[in-house]
Amino acid sequence: MKPILQIENLQTHFFTKAGVVKAVDGVSFDINAGEVVGLVGESGSGKSITGFSVMGLVDAPGKIVGGRIMFQGEDIAAMSPQQLQSLRGNRISMIFQDPMMTLNPVLRVETQMVEAIKAHDSMISKSEARARARDALGLVGISAPEERMRAYPHQFSGGMRQRVSIAIAMLNRPDLIIADEPTTALDVTIQGQVIHEMQRLCEATKTALLCITHDLAVVAGIADRICVMYAGRVVEQGPIASTISQPLHPYTRGLMGSVPSQNRRGQPLQQIDGMVPSLLNLPSGCAFQNRCAMVSDKCLSEIPEPIDVGEQRLVRCVNVGQEPAS
Amino acid sequence: MKPILTVSNLSKDFTKPLDLIAKLLNKVGQDNKEEVVHAVDDVSFAVQRGEIVGIVGESGCGKSTLGRMVAGILSPTSGSVEFDAEQTKASDLPQALQTQMIFQDPFSSLNPRKRVIDIITEAPIFHGLIARKQKNEFAAEMLQRVGLDPDTLQRYPHQFSGGQRQRIGIARALAVSPELLVCDESIAALDVSIQAQIINLFVRLRDEFTLTYLFISHDIGVIEHISDRVIVMYLGRIVETAPISSFLQTPNHPYTKALLAGVPRLEVGKREYEPVSGEIPSPLDPPTGCHFHPRCPFASERCQREAPLLRELSAGHFSACHLNDEAQP
Repeated sequence: MKPILQIENLQTHFFTKAGVVKAVDGVSFDINAGEVVGLVGESGSGKSITGFSVMGLVDAPGKIVGGRIMFQGEDIAAMSPQQLQSLRGNRISMIFQDPMMTLNPVLRVETQMVEAIKAHDSMISKSEARARARDALGLVGISAPEERMRAYPHQFSGGMRQRVSIAIAMLNRPDLIIADEPTTALDVTIQGQVIHEMQRLCEATKTALLCITHDLAVVAGIADRICVMYAGRVVEQGPIASTISQPLHPYTRGLMGSVPSQNRRGQPLQQIDGMVPSLLNLPSGCAFQNRCAMVSDKCLSEIPEPIDVGEQRLVRCVNVGQEPAS
Repeated sequence: MKPILTVSNLSKDFTKPLDLIAKLLNKVGQDNKEEVVHAVDDVSFAVQRGEIVGIVGESGCGKSTLGRMVAGILSPTSGSVEFDAEQTKASDLPQALQTQMIFQDPFSSLNPRKRVIDIITEAPIFHGLIARKQKNEFAAEMLQRVGLDPDTLQRYPHQFSGGQRQRIGIARALAVSPELLVCDESIAALDVSIQAQIINLFVRLRDEFTLTYLFISHDIGVIEHISDRVIVMYLGRIVETAPISSFLQTPNHPYTKALLAGVPRLEVGKREYEPVSGEIPSPLDPPTGCHFHPRCPFASERCQREAPLLRELSAGHFSACHLNDEAQP
């Protein structure tokens, strides 16, 4: 199967007064049609900027300085603003963390949805667009969509608003949806509902989903493949089951150990000591060196390249293949 | 053994006063009523010394209001919070010092214009626990306790990362040697790897100083890891309370079951989510009877009518659900 999105060696840097922040520095991964890929990392790892780069939403002082983002054979990184405009919300759409910030508070939900349809299809009549908007709301599980679409965003609860943004994202039947922390602001039972809707819709419409989150457990529940980012680079990627059961990169291992789980009650969590280094001033060599238990001279001098360890898994660590020191 | 904390029939109402227009309209014969939120509704529980009690629930369930009342920040509308301090320390110190709170947001809970040393030593100096000239050593010792470098004493909060700031907040709480710490979503704002560091710190401090925790969180994974006993709240009421083992193995209340089923878990892997339906009702206008009945798959006519009482199922395991009556007549 040919991937619909291929990110090759993407570099997005921010040119600030304090220096160049290499927010994304050499990220490569593919997404196949209909596949759910989880992009996981802590704050400052560059996961959101990767998503923004794909959408062409990186603003000054940020800039894509290298690499290619091939979407169905076209390079997004080289597109003009007009081309991007016709792509966004049409073939690729995005769901953000806080729907209160992304929905226009002074427009009815209906107006916003019809607007999104008409932006990409100027021929469609208003009543047709309205019908499509209503059906989309019904699809994401909003009861009485006919009445609810006359409401303003503040009249919906948090979970309902997120459903509305999913409905808007699905309006033009995109091939790829980028969801940036879609459930982080929601309560547990509502999070379950929203994940359920996303899972169901993506499966039914064969839409690919890039799910960006800090929550490993959420990704474990919905993704087919996982990419773990650290300090602007993907340190490990692979199919979800084998990556979670047998993480190879020391950072991935530490991250898994950090998740509280009932299986390890009473024992201390296997924490990763130290902090994420400042992106302004990354150490030469592996960015994880100051927190890694297996650090060697080689880690200090060279940036590890992705190593193919089979089963479609790539790991950026010079120690890979050796047994963990513990 | 006498419990360190006894909360009995505690309630907190928040009232939204009528605005001018509503008052005027009332004069001409309309009947506008003040809106009342029963944030915490007749809650009773006890905490033993050295225990970590987890309070879990979704937004609007009253868990933070409960924590604030225990810590003495809010005064209850009715009911009481009784605190049984160790006699040795308690003699001449105000009760407020024995309960300290650790907040969610390490950015807004520290005074940005104070140095770390002053943040930590302000309270103990004020209450005469330490002399002013001991300030330096004392603050350095506190920082070491929470795993920070004592050389950073003269810095301001903005010079620290989120995880380090949370450690400063903990050091500030420990500075007055409290016996009970109320942690209100204390790790929710932190990254996963930093979360693990802070959780480990909490557990280590408990063992070192025999602290008691009231650990408030929406994150069931964290609650499961750290707590000895769990209290589940829904719209101001306790729906279930159980020791951790029976909470995990035999959850009784349909809401608890729904919560546990909704938690994404690392070990389960890819799966189909089967979420509980419905929204969290507005606390302004909670459903009659059992608050959970509009979302409950087992709801009967009685659940709409009558609020269930907490009932002991096994040692220490209480649940408020009418279904338990039918099971054992």
